[in-house]
Amino acid sequence: MHDLVAITALGGSEPQVDTVGGVTCREVPAVALASVASRMGQEASASKALAKLIGAPTPDVGQHAGETITAFWAGPDQWMIEAPFETHEDLADQVKSAMGDTASVTEQTDGWTRFDLNGDQIPAVLELLCMLDLRKFDAGCVARCSIHHVGCFVLCRSPESCSVYGPRSSAGSLHHAIVAAMRSAL
Amino acid sequence: MIINHPLLGPRDSSEFTYLGDASLIDRPDWQAENAAEAFYEYGYLRDNPAGKHQELWFHEAGDRSWLVVTRDTTTHEISKVELARDLARARGRSK
Repeated sequence: MHDLVAITALGGSEPQVDTVGGVTCREVPAVALASVASRMGQEASASKALAKLIGAPTPDVGQHAGETITAFWAGPDQWMIEAPFETHEDLADQVKSAMGDTASVTEQTDGWTRFDLNGDQIPAVLELLCMLDLRKFDAGCVARCSIHHVGCFVLCRSPESCSVYGPRSSAGSLHHAIVAAMRSAL
Repeated sequence: MIINHPLLGPRDSSEFTYLGDASLIDRPDWQAENAAEAFYEYGYLRDNPAGKHQELWFHEAGDRSWLVVTRDTTTHEISKVELARDLARARGRSK
């Protein structure tokens, strides 16, 4: 048997943490992801099934919702589902059995890498990174945008906590962009 | 240039890519008698008016939806932005 060691998207054995000023950027590897796309004519029942799965109303345009399993809006009648990897390693299967034939589900774990920003000056960092209207970007908001030409999802969980999802293969570039912006802004 | 996305609000045009004339939505029936001629027209012939133009734009760095943008080619004024999906369905397309 191979004895393989799990590494994070940035290649470390432990998630990387960078602190500049009052803001911390933390690599978050332990996330399971799946995408959900409603099938044609099934939009209403897919939305209902999703609400049941996450235990909260289905997130509307540019919103996210849920506790352990959260869903965030990715496009018209499409969502990304995130949950702790530890307890939901087979998230795509769980989501598929919850959604049934109302939606198509795709495994996304390890396709993406997540960085969490914590601190009280996150807008100062984000305004260097992306073109989002941060005045309207409150807790519960999510938006897809370009960060250094990398397509990312940015989630605002609270005024002092944001998550950035980017493609795992661009983890190094995205991390460099975030930390460079932190050094410039703070 | 700012494109007022029907779902997401005003977004910078650098987030979008341009495909072409919105008549590309009206793909001919490949089983019709005159399919060859219809596809020749669909593939090669375009109206090119100076003035209002319907164009397909893709929100590549955003929610990845296809939009139909009505733009005046003489002033660049954007008068209307719709989801291409809604427009196609309104024209009787099923997908």
